[in-house]
Amino acid sequence: MRDNGDETTTIRTFHPESVDHLAPFDRLCLRLGSEEIQARSIKPSSLPPARLIEIEAADWGKAASIAQAEGWRWAGVFAEDRGADLTVNACLERQGVYLMFRAYLAPEKANLPSQAPYYWAADRSERHIQDLFGIRFEDHPDPRRWIRHQAWGEHSHPLRKDFRADGQAIEETPPDHDYPFLKAHGASVYEIPVGPVHAGIIEPGHFRFQAVGETVLHLEERLGYVHKGIEKIAEGRDPLGLARLAGRVSGDTTVGHAWAACMAMERAGGIEIPLRTAYLRGLLAERERVINHLWDLGSLCNDVGFAFGYYQFGRLREQWLRENQAEFGHRLLMDRIVPGGVTIDVPPEAAERMRHSVAILRRELDELLTILDANSSLEDRFLGAGCLSPELASALGALGFVGRASGQSFDARRDAPYSPYDRLQVRVPVESQGDVASRFWTRYKELRISLRLIREMLDGMPEGELSVPWYTPAEGAEGLAAVEGWRGEILCFVRFRADNKICRYWPRDPSVINWPALEKLMIGNIVPDFPVCNKSVNGSYSGHDL
Amino acid sequence: MLRLYGKIFKTGSLTERVSPLPKTISDTVMKDEAVKQAGHRLKTIVDKRFRGSLAIREVDAGSCNACELEIHALNNVYYNIERFGVHFVASPRHADILMVTGPVSRHMEAALRRTYDATPAPKWVIAVGDCGACGGEFGVSYASCGAVANVIPVDLAIPGCPPAPLALIQGLLSLCGRL
Repeated sequence: MRDNGDETTTIRTFHPESVDHLAPFDRLCLRLGSEEIQARSIKPSSLPPARLIEIEAADWGKAASIAQAEGWRWAGVFAEDRGADLTVNACLERQGVYLMFRAYLAPEKANLPSQAPYYWAADRSERHIQDLFGIRFEDHPDPRRWIRHQAWGEHSHPLRKDFRADGQAIEETPPDHDYPFLKAHGASVYEIPVGPVHAGIIEPGHFRFQAVGETVLHLEERLGYVHKGIEKIAEGRDPLGLARLAGRVSGDTTVGHAWAACMAMERAGGIEIPLRTAYLRGLLAERERVINHLWDLGSLCNDVGFAFGYYQFGRLREQWLRENQAEFGHRLLMDRIVPGGVTIDVPPEAAERMRHSVAILRRELDELLTILDANSSLEDRFLGAGCLSPELASALGALGFVGRASGQSFDARRDAPYSPYDRLQVRVPVESQGDVASRFWTRYKELRISLRLIREMLDGMPEGELSVPWYTPAEGAEGLAAVEGWRGEILCFVRFRADNKICRYWPRDPSVINWPALEKLMIGNIVPDFPVCNKSVNGSYSGHDL
Repeated sequence: MLRLYGKIFKTGSLTERVSPLPKTISDTVMKDEAVKQAGHRLKTIVDKRFRGSLAIREVDAGSCNACELEIHALNNVYYNIERFGVHFVASPRHADILMVTGPVSRHMEAALRRTYDATPAPKWVIAVGDCGACGGEFGVSYASCGAVANVIPVDLAIPGCPPAPLALIQGLLSLCGRL
């Protein structure tokens, strides 16, 4: 454990009867102390507003079991090569408070207990670290490789600092043919391999079904096909270069990831952005949400053969994309958010035009949803398909519309608000049915709420600057940001080197958490319902694979 | 049901109709007009060279998904590329053209080669987007082969991040025009 002088508090006693009034974070600290876990809370935290607790590596798993018992949601894990040691960081959240567990490992003896036995969501993220850092997680329920296919060897660790970003020159990367998929045996059981090249215009990934007749017994996902080394090539970039890269982590969430990266960099540098800038970022983020939800509503209709819905929602989406081009100069809004500000503005005439298009979209939606609601063939396919129970969603910490359709209400805009949402009222729709219909209607409700937020932001936009000057952050400065993207909570960690260059970039797309939900909600459904079930979750492959 | 039909009739056809090609095309034509013009020329070529039907297989070889969104948009009611005889097919075995987005991740390298091999000759490859054209934001690394041309032969690159639907139509046109 590192010596942090007077700035640390060693955690001690815990009396269950006397802690009910305490905030969750203080309760957790006391509980960790009483269970004799070597932990110290770092004050002040180097990652404000998130809290930071350093944990002895040997207690890593136990700390997770206590946090789980205390009701903390597991949100992500990443490692960092700091030269003298490797650090592992797990991010948790409860009641809008973010907490980082941090452990230090010796590079030559890099192993620590897994948190996956207590948190389902930790499974693949720990395997991601195992493949890229060579850190071994003891007691991991599934230690197979995950992100590594055949592009580098088992004993190479691309995210260690001594690994060159350009890797070794290989003539041709062989296909990943020997991944040990789970097998099912028995009369009439058969296997359907799908992908990585799918039938539609869609990202690559592999799905392995075990089925009897039309019924799915088991689905196993195999991702990593679009791993393009984002975490590695981020290192050494300047802030603007990182914002550009972040905008391409997942093309449909360019605003979300660019905002998260910029917020993390600004926090690392202690830079406050003007309020007008925050409003403009919020406006772009809500427009991104509207456009993607329109696309998903249409695509869900398409996946059950309801062409009317596909074309109508597609029409509305195209109108908004064209408006993006006209008002902001890019259909998908790439590179509009930069460190310290934004590159766009909304003059009063443009605000008026956008208010008008919000009003038109509302009218169109009223009309369309009445038609859809009355269409029994649509209901027939959506209702009861792909159920994710609230218990499973809670165990996973499912995010965004996937979580909200299954009773999980977390929304960073409301629960851990950042500017401008701290000045706005964000309603969060929650359903408990957890089926495709629920995820459809949750999207629709979120879309309506976004339209209201857009109106409020246009009406309440303060005067002010569009950006502030950038100052080089101190060597080693770190920042953590949580932004509610259209798929759900996006996390981002950034650490700076001495020369205004990035030392470590870790983006966590909500898909990383949500992908395993698809495996569970497919069980017992029929194979032909897979496209609509998959679309209803709509995980990003690129955002997951990095 | 009546409401549904009502909405269809009220929406009408938004697809810009194919009009005969005027002798000169002004540089200042509206965007919709540009789709019309490019589309009409495309249709003429597809009719002549491909007997009215051009089949494209789209392959995401590692893109961030932004290019896919714009390729999808070609099928919306505004661009409605099918009316020019261009359609996207499910199998490379049915395809005349592979539209590949990049950068080609090393993990997709083998799948892309196999897709290319599965496409019957004569075949053409279009690399879509800055990443497909030159590696873009990702370049060549331990995980990325960079441009599509580093893995399979490419006949045309359509740059852009991502290229807009109109740029995609114009790209198709320029490829077909030289066949």
